[in-house]
Amino acid sequence: MFTTLLFYALSTVLLAAAVGVITARNPVYAALFLILAFVTSAVLWLLLEAEFLAIVLVLVYVGAVMVLFLFVVMMLDINVTTMREGFLRYAPVGAIVAGIIVLELGYVIWFRSDGLPVGTTLVPRDAGYSSTEELGKVLYTQYLYPFELAGMLLLLAIVAAILLTMRHRPGLKVQDVAEQVKVQRGDRVRMVQMKSESE
Amino acid sequence: MMVTLSHYLTLSALLFTISIAGIFLNRKNVIVLLMCVELLLLAVNFNFIAFSRYLNDPAGQVFVFFILTVAAAESAIGLAILVVLFRSRRSINVQELDVLKG
Repeated sequence: MFTTLLFYALSTVLLAAAVGVITARNPVYAALFLILAFVTSAVLWLLLEAEFLAIVLVLVYVGAVMVLFLFVVMMLDINVTTMREGFLRYAPVGAIVAGIIVLELGYVIWFRSDGLPVGTTLVPRDAGYSSTEELGKVLYTQYLYPFELAGMLLLLAIVAAILLTMRHRPGLKVQDVAEQVKVQRGDRVRMVQMKSESE
Repeated sequence: MMVTLSHYLTLSALLFTISIAGIFLNRKNVIVLLMCVELLLLAVNFNFIAFSRYLNDPAGQVFVFFILTVAAAESAIGLAILVVLFRSRRSINVQELDVLKG
């Protein structure tokens, strides 16, 4: 009973935060609502006994991605009023598409869920069960190559993000180490042939 | 009344719908569009974790792990592109981004 109450309370907060993200006038508020949504989802994932992923969601999303979002939002000088133009104009289209998706997903969840355990209730796992351990067992055996690929992908993302945002301003007085190392004797010293002169 | 799989699927479907509506409402602001994409991925992750728990299969959690990785990389590169874009155009309005148009 307590779990059910918790589920409904957290779901309400999550959906309210999601509505806040899409309707907030200021992008900073939208980012803060998104942080609320992520934290609430992490608690809901704890209800589903996925502790490791809940902590990863808080650490990676709230700790890294959302901080990045906030930095970018505050760094860019955005004109909020022009950004809001067409908000109400496109609201009917958004409502129609949302209605269609609600109908489709509702049909799938409520009428086409024959082979799925939609009505079963959860039996809580015993205290010794660790979802981290179970996840690790599968991740480092069966999904080892995808795991390595994920690491490569992150490296690629780091390199790409740094390369994209690196700025080359002309006229800046900085040392070019490559040019310094590459220099030959002939570039710096000029040998001159001249007759010796005497008094 | 206990929490069943249908509850989680319905919650995830509602979250997905709200984010899709958000993409339509904030057609001009690229930052809010990126945030809506993050919400979409969160809704999908909800489905994966709920199914993984109710079907007793840890493979669903592995997928969530990879989705989190890819989403983090995506938002980092997306925001980097956004910063470069703002530096050159002084605007992030989607409708002004037509320089590649033939």
